[in-house]
Order: sequence, then structure tokens, then C-alpha cells
Amino acid sequence: MSFKHKHLLDLMDLTREDIQLILDTAESMKEIFTRSIKKVPTLRGKTIINLFYEPSTRTKSSFDLAGKRLSADMMSLSVSTSSVVKGESLVDTARTLEAMGADAVIMRHSIPGASHLLAESIEASVLNAGDGSHAHPTQALLDMYSMREERGKIEGQTVAIVGDIKHSRVARSNIWALNKLGAKVRVIGPPTLIPVELEDMGVEVYYNLEEGLDGVDVVNILRIQLERQEAGFLPSLREYTKFYGVNERILELVGDEVTVMHPGPTNRGVEITPGVAYGDQSIINEQVTNGVAIRMALLYLLTGGEKIEETTN
Amino acid sequence: MKKLLIKNGKVISPADGLNGELDILVIDGKIEEIGSELEDKEAEIIDAAGKVVTPGLIDMHVHLREPGFEHKETIETGTKAAAAGGFTSVACMPNTDPVIDNASIVESVINKAEFEGKVNLFPIGSITKKLEGEELSEIGYMNEAGIVGISDDGETVMNSEMMRLALDYVKAFDLPVLTHAEDQVLSGDGVINEGYYSTVTGLDPIPAAAEDIIVARDIRLAELTDSRLHITHVTTKRAVELVRDAKERGVKVTAEVTPHHFTLTDEAVLTFDTNTKVNPPLRSEEDVTALKEGLADGTIDAIATDHAPHAFEEKNVEYNYAPFGISGLETALPLVITELVKPGIISLEEAIEKLTINPAQILNLDRGRLKEGSKADITVLDLDEEYEVDVDEFYSKGKNSPFDGFKLLGRPKATIINGEVVMKDNQVL
Ligand SMILES: [Zn+2]
Repeated sequence: MSFKHKHLLDLMDLTREDIQLILDTAESMKEIFTRSIKKVPTLRGKTIINLFYEPSTRTKSSFDLAGKRLSADMMSLSVSTSSVVKGESLVDTARTLEAMGADAVIMRHSIPGASHLLAESIEASVLNAGDGSHAHPTQALLDMYSMREERGKIEGQTVAIVGDIKHSRVARSNIWALNKLGAKVRVIGPPTLIPVELEDMGVEVYYNLEEGLDGVDVVNILRIQLERQEAGFLPSLREYTKFYGVNERILELVGDEVTVMHPGPTNRGVEITPGVAYGDQSIINEQVTNGVAIRMALLYLLTGGEKIEETTN
Repeated sequence: MKKLLIKNGKVISPADGLNGELDILVIDGKIEEIGSELEDKEAEIIDAAGKVVTPGLIDMHVHLREPGFEHKETIETGTKAAAAGGFTSVACMPNTDPVIDNASIVESVINKAEFEGKVNLFPIGSITKKLEGEELSEIGYMNEAGIVGISDDGETVMNSEMMRLALDYVKAFDLPVLTHAEDQVLSGDGVINEGYYSTVTGLDPIPAAAEDIIVARDIRLAELTDSRLHITHVTTKRAVELVRDAKERGVKVTAEVTPHHFTLTDEAVLTFDTNTKVNPPLRSEEDVTALKEGLADGTIDAIATDHAPHAFEEKNVEYNYAPFGISGLETALPLVITELVKPGIISLEEAIEKLTINPAQILNLDRGRLKEGSKADITVLDLDEEYEVDVDEFYSKGKNSPFDGFKLLGRPKATIINGEVVMKDNQVL
């Protein structure tokens, strides 16, 4: 089967088969990492542009590395909010990218749906690298990949997502993906950070960390934005850490079979203790590695690169 | 002597108890005679066979953007859009630049409409100076200049004491206060209805309670002051209930609903099409059902468009950056027919009431009727014409409609103002 989508904007519209194809493709990409020359000519001659309206060193360098390993010409365009204020619109920028002959544009933006607008304004494929609180499909896919790699399967697993669900694009994309792949999904967080009618997305909601973690296979801990306290969602970060921070004691309680994940970067000692982040049960580092494989797979599937050659070394 | 004879139409005017095949003879801008088989050799004939003839439609809530935002719309283009939509009269909101908050701006708008307007234009003055919610506008002077109500539409008068003073003060002039009901602290930076779709899209939510709270407050204040309150663009189930209860208690409250709010739910936002961005936001299925019930049982008196045109570039941006509003004048009647009359939610007579006599009464306009001696403002409708909405055909500068491409049933075919045909067969003359 082949990938029928031109863009990757969110995971709502992807089927289980689409997701599986991406994960399987990522597996052959990961194999390239083990070669002595970690580079294939698959996307030679293709121009891929990183368009970042929000700073994100991690996601940006992960895409950058993915593109380079496939021999694409990678370009970066950081748009400061000041140029937005000056009146240069996203649609104007899309026209510029078009003129540069972009084959794919990877965009990070602070507003939900911004990648949909870009996709409508441009011929190139658009990869959503995070749009506000809406979606972060590549993060969710790398989470699925890492989970499948670690647990052997996703179907039937119980996964708890902990933290600020309301403002989290990672949580939303994870919920779509996990449900499509047959996992049971729980979310845990303070009620002020749980959006309304979330149950209708197919999740169970818990306000109590220990109850919510009881019997789970995987705990995916979200980064808490420190400014949520100022916005009034939290009385204090201290209080957040006390009630929702994942530490060694809680991990002991839920058992050593539980896998710990975090999209990074972590606020150490706030939502996760360093001991948990670097402990045996954590696969946070694998998530970073797998991120590159997933992004290679997506660039390959979306821009229709040549077939990957067999290992030569 | 200019004469016009509208023949063989099904004439419906609820306020006059008319419903049947009748002819209307118009002489010098006034209705001379309504009867069967009228003849006049000198008259220009409009053959309305198979069509419905109603009092000229009245839209009590539009934004014409002039002065200040002429790139979005002008009095000329906005009233052309009104004529194209079958409206003979519109009331325009004061959130222009400068704000319509004093008599001289009221006069200038009325003057402009006299020269450039296609339909009758009735300005609404602001409640407070510059819509700032702090000081009452010179309502008496504006009343002398010709306003038909006051509103800070677009903004809520958040200070309850100020709102009470406004409701008290207008009693001297028998003007209604038209409230935009939104607790603006609670709605915050929200852009869509709070519910499943805000959760899925991650767009900032506006809870229905933001509307309910101000509707409840303003009803209480109308009760306290024994004054006339009109609630613009009602969108929530609870607000409908509050208005229903208040009416039962005898509070002087009326309410309007827009075609987009009874047609679409917040599911439409899933496309991130900024033409779905409107304030108040598109609500849930449950709310839409309640709006229809409110229309059916008379809780909601009027249908108004809240016509809010914007330039294309202003809407062709990220969802949060786009302004709120739908260009509504040219799809209103077809949506009423398609969504309300055809499915039997309200009768054609009730629909006409909500588009003619009811808004006329709320704004104290001597219009909305077909009777001998009255001004000949008349609309001719074809209930059976099916057509596809094409925003490029809009007379409004605002092409911002989520209904582009919709197949609708029913269309205005002629708009007659003071005996003058200003629109015929979808062409504004
Ligand atoms: Zn309005």
C-alpha cells in the first residue's frame, strides 16, 4: 500500500493503516542509522523548508537531520513575530516559499489550523510540526513508534497522559493515534487543564495521579508551561509538582513494568524528577532517536522519494 | 404620477391578516389598493404569478462599516447587498470609526444613505461614547437626528450600573436598548464555542455561559428599570430559556437570531475556515435545536443577519488573527426558507413576521405592513427557485460567507422601495 495523503496536518484524518505504514517505513529508516555512512540519496534534488514561527530547537533539528540523511536540500526560515506584526502574512510567506521551489514545508506555528491555511496556499506538501494547541502529529507518531518498540505492541496497552491536556497538541495527537491503534487512553491533570467534553475523544479523565496511574502500561508525561501559573490555571508550580509531578515514589507504586515517556525538554523537578527521567523505565532518549526516523519516513512518503537502497556496507 | 401594479402574487402580510392571491396597485410610492384583478393601463406591471409578495423585509442588525472601514463595505455596497437580499430597510450598528455616538455622525450617515443608499437605512446609536462602556452617549440628540435604538454591539457594557443607567435613560425617548450579550472576561481570547470542537481543534473556547450570564443580567436590569431590552444574536439554549421565562413574567424583552446560528453548528470549524469565525460563535447541535424551538414558539421575535463584511485578505489569515463576522445579507432569506420554512420549523407567515413586522415594532418603524396608504416597501419571493450560493456574485464587498457553494431553496426576486423597483431578478438596478 502507499500513502495517499499530500500533507500531514493532523492525525484525525489518518487511518490505522496509514499510521502503521508510517511506523513501518520509519523502521527501515532507522536501519540507515546503523550504517557507517548514515545517508542515502533518496531525496536528492528536493528542497525542504523548515518554517518556524515559534522557536523549537529540538523539533527543528530533528527534521533537519532527517532531511539531510535523505540528501534533501534543507533550508530554514525563522519568522519572528515582529515580521507578522509588520503585516507579512502567512499567505505571503507561502508565496515566497512557492517561488523558491519548495517540495515540502515543515511548519511550527502558535495558532491552531495554521498548517491547514498553509496547505491551502501552497503546492508543496505541508508537514505540521506543531500548531498551537491543536496537533503535533510527528511527535505522536514518534511516541507510537517508541511505544511499539518498547512494549512490542500498542493494541490493548493502557496509556496515561499526564499534565496540561488543555493546551497540549502532543496530547491531542497522541489521543487520536492511540485510539486508532487500539490502546486505552487515560488523561490525568488538574481540572483547570482538562478541556471540556474530552471523554468524547475516547479517553478516561482522572484528577488524581495515583488513581489514574493504577494499572497503566505507559505513562506519557507532558511538559508544563511555566506561565500557566500566571494565567491562573494553577495556584503554584510547587502545588502542581506535589499533586501531579511524577517521582520515584509514585513510580515504585505503579511498578517497574511501566514505561515512562516525555516529549522533552523536561522541566526537571517540576513534572518529572531527574531520577525518573533518566531511570531504567524511561525511554526519553529513544524517543529523540526515533523522532528522526519518523520524520525521515514522513519526508519520504510525502515527497515521493526514490526507493531506499539496500544496505551496502 | 408613477404607478406600479404587482399582479397575481400570493400576498402575505401577517400584520394585516393578508394571505391569498391579490394584486397591489402602487401610486407615487404609496399603496393605493390591494384587491383582486386590479387593472391600470398606465402602470408598470410586475407579474408575480407563482411568487409570494410580502412587506419589504427588514434587517434590524447590519454592519455597513462606513465611516471608517470603507474597504470592508460602504453604505452604497451594503445597501445594494440588502436590496439583493430582498431587504427594503436595514438598521446599522454604530461600531464604525468614528463610532456613531453623536448626532452629527447620525446625520452624516442618514445623509449619505439618502444619496448613495439603495434601501432605507436606520442608524442605531451607541450606548456609550466610543463604545468604551464608561459614559452615556448623547442619546437624546441622536434620537432627534434619527436613531432607532442604541447598542454597543461588538462590545458588552460590562459595567452593570452603566447598563442600568442606559435602560433607564432611554425611556424618555422610547428607544430599545440592543444588547450584545457576552461576558467579555469569561470569553477572554476565545474564538470558537467551548465544546467538543474546541477541545479537538485546540482553538481558544468561548463558553455558552458567557452569553447566558449577560442575558440573565440584562433581563434583570430591564425588569428593574421597566425598560425595553432587545437581545441581539441569541445563540445558546439557556439564553432562549431565559428570554422565554422573562417574557412569561412580562419583562419587555425581545430577541433575534441570525441565519448562520440556526443553520450551522460548531462542527463547521473543523475545517479551520475563517469564514466560520463569528461572534457569538457557532454553537452546539443542542443550542441550534433550542434556537429553532425559540423561533417556533415565538420566544425569538426577529431574524437579523448581523451582516459583518470583511475584506478577503483580512479573513485569509490564521484563525486567531481573522476578524469575526459573516457577510449575511444575500443569503438570509434563502437560509430562512431552506432551514426553517421548508422543514416546517416555522410557517412562511411566521418567517415573514420575523423579517418584517416584528423588527419594525421593536425599532418603532412605521413599516413591515401592506395596507392601503402605507409606504410601498414590498418584496417578491420565489419559494421554489433552487440555486447555488456563489460569493463572487455578492453585491456586498464582503465575500466572507461559509455558505459559498451551498444549494439553497427560495430566493428574493424583486425589492420595491417607495414604489421604486430597486432589485429585479437578482439584479440591483
Ligand atoms: Zn453585530
